[in-house]
Amino acid sequence: MNSSVTILSQWQFAVTSVYHFFFVPLTLGLSVLVAIMETIYVRTGNERYKRMTKFWGKLFVINFAMGVVTGIVQEFQFGMNWSEYSRYVGDIFGAPLAIEALLAFFIESTFLGVWIFGWDRLSKPLHAAAIWLVAIASNLSAFWILVANSFMQSPVGYAEEGGRLVMQQFSALLTNPYVWGQFPHTVFSGFTTAAFFVMGISTYHLLRRKQEDVFKPSFQLATVFGGISILMVILIGHNQAQQMVRLQPMKIAAAEALLNTENPASFSVFSVVDQQTMSEQVSLRIPRVLSLLAYNRLDGEVKGILDLQNEYEQKYGPGNYVPPIGIIYWSFRIMVGSGFLMLAFAAYALYRVLRNQLNAETRWLNLFLPAMALPYLANIFGWLLTEMGRQPWVVYGKLRTADAVSPNLTPGMVITTLLGFTIVYGLLMVADVYLLRKYAIAGAEAELPKPRTVEEQAYWE
Amino acid sequence: MDLNTLWFILIAVLFVGYFVLEGFDLGVGILLPFLGKNDTQRRMILNTIGPHWDGNEVWLITAGGAMFAAFPNWYATLFSGFYLALFLMLIGLIVRGIALEFRSKDENPLWRKFWDWATCVGSFIPSLLWGVAFANFIRGVPINAQKYYVGGFWDLINVYSILGGLVTLFGFLLQGAIFLSLKTEEPIASAARRAARRIWAGTTVALVAATIATYLFTDILERLGVNPGPVPIGAVLALLACGWFIRQGRDGWAFASNTLAIVLSTATIFLILYPRVLVSSLSPNFSLTIYNSASGPNTLQTMTIVALIFVPLVLLYQGWSYWVFRKRVSASPKDLHY
Repeated sequence: MNSSVTILSQWQFAVTSVYHFFFVPLTLGLSVLVAIMETIYVRTGNERYKRMTKFWGKLFVINFAMGVVTGIVQEFQFGMNWSEYSRYVGDIFGAPLAIEALLAFFIESTFLGVWIFGWDRLSKPLHAAAIWLVAIASNLSAFWILVANSFMQSPVGYAEEGGRLVMQQFSALLTNPYVWGQFPHTVFSGFTTAAFFVMGISTYHLLRRKQEDVFKPSFQLATVFGGISILMVILIGHNQAQQMVRLQPMKIAAAEALLNTENPASFSVFSVVDQQTMSEQVSLRIPRVLSLLAYNRLDGEVKGILDLQNEYEQKYGPGNYVPPIGIIYWSFRIMVGSGFLMLAFAAYALYRVLRNQLNAETRWLNLFLPAMALPYLANIFGWLLTEMGRQPWVVYGKLRTADAVSPNLTPGMVITTLLGFTIVYGLLMVADVYLLRKYAIAGAEAELPKPRTVEEQAYWE
Repeated sequence: MDLNTLWFILIAVLFVGYFVLEGFDLGVGILLPFLGKNDTQRRMILNTIGPHWDGNEVWLITAGGAMFAAFPNWYATLFSGFYLALFLMLIGLIVRGIALEFRSKDENPLWRKFWDWATCVGSFIPSLLWGVAFANFIRGVPINAQKYYVGGFWDLINVYSILGGLVTLFGFLLQGAIFLSLKTEEPIASAARRAARRIWAGTTVALVAATIATYLFTDILERLGVNPGPVPIGAVLALLACGWFIRQGRDGWAFASNTLAIVLSTATIFLILYPRVLVSSLSPNFSLTIYNSASGPNTLQTMTIVALIFVPLVLLYQGWSYWVFRKRVSASPKDLHY
């Protein structure tokens, strides 16, 4: 098997997935927020909520389009670059993907079209129902794709027949304990992303005393929504980490740079490990804290990287079973760090909302603009931890990534597509950020056409 | 009928749905810069497909997912084998989807011109490549005993596959032109009708040429016989009827008959294929079939239940969305607010 094709394909998968997941979390959360706003408008008839709905709805649509088009690549690349993976697990992995399209994507895209173009054609409640369907279907699609991903992390409900995995029970996929951590964690992360997006853009306008009738209630709504969501993300994340100790001990060992098995186990504050020699360069650890995190008590064994490597060599044969420790160690810390920082931001926002202090004098509000980056950092590094921490496996304990790649590809082919996708993604990202920024700054005023130059006028006629 | 055959039919249905629906929005996309003489006209054209194109594309995503679930080896060999062609198609679909959403969100004429041409080119590439791909399904591609594609990009480009590409290109253009004549007010409707007449001539030439070539390049004689039966003949007849309806100015009937032509031509491909899904040009024994490519019975059963419940539901609410936007798009600000 060609190792450079594997590495290039991994890069392509990483670029596509990170890029795709740049847009998806905002879709998950903002669809729900816009649906809530429109529902308030329908129930109260208050025009400011209509302006809110339209303003955030426009940003939602710009972001949504990018998620859709990158999603097609996401589905097709399994066959394109990972044909051996597709043959090996298609029996199981394809089902949730097909169901995702049939149950979620159809509803999502059909009713979003109806919602965007249907303002004058539908009754108010029906129009609001359309965005609720979009919101529900978006989050439903997250469930199905995570059912698929959970199988890669923690395979269940399968049998091995003729060199491939065959589905035994479909219900086992749905009750996979892994997905019931991953799904709520991802959805609440999406909600948090949208809440920080709304809070950030709202403060921009509040600090300039513009359109406070729209952005004050936006900020208030996002604060409550985001506060609950980030709390859920952290609580569920804690459970997932405990599950990881049982299901994917190598991932947690790498995330903690824990070389040797410890009982009680120590939590790393700052560690540097040389992966060539498998030795600790620097290590500052707090005793017992990792056991506390893993088992909610002050002792308990957490296995170390070196012991797991030995164990896996005996179980799966010779090979390197250690994922890239540095990346996983720091991904884990950036994700968790961003999460707790967001919790602090949400608490501060709640304090200001409860005291009704959302005005230009409240200078701390300035920080909510850069804080918009926090959920994105957490989302991206969370996925790096999840996917890279599983290496060298593509299906945990079953199929190695190096055995999953398409055998017919040459490095030249993959370089072509990797460069092509990266360049196109990059250019579209520029256009996307330009539009988001433009509409975010323009605010919720009625749309007035700008005065046109003579040449422009000629174009319009 | 076994589940393998049922899934073969279901995937055929998904592709038929995709070609019929995305066929017109791809066609409209290519025609955009040619039929829209100014910005208002281009916005009218775009707003005929605005509410629908995304939902139409999901037919493809579902077809891809269904192939993956029901016939993993078909999905794996096809997608890895047609790698660079698929890459081009994906770039086209990405650029075009973004172009449709972004073009009206900035007033700068250069911005709009750029995205209009992006829509055109991004619609052109998949329109051509779908025919290339389907022609290769039945003509055969180098697949070895291990089910691996052993050819390169240029093995996909030949006289027959290019003819196939022209059929889908012209067929989708025709579908788009008739759709516009149905869904817009003047002056676009008349311009679209004139375009439809000319495109129809091209479509007919391409389809007749491709039909003859099918007897030369595929095993249709063994499969369907000299008289290929009602489906392929119906496709040609439907296209002829379409030309007559266009000349009579009966847009609704023209659209229905071209739709029928697309349904029957796609069905013809699947009839020639069955029970194979990809023909091997190396040996008939290496062809992928609905049996040697399929998932296990549990997967097929589960997916059958899901599909039988949800495909009719999809048809129902997508049909409803077309009903909501049944009126012609005019140049009034109400129709162009987006």
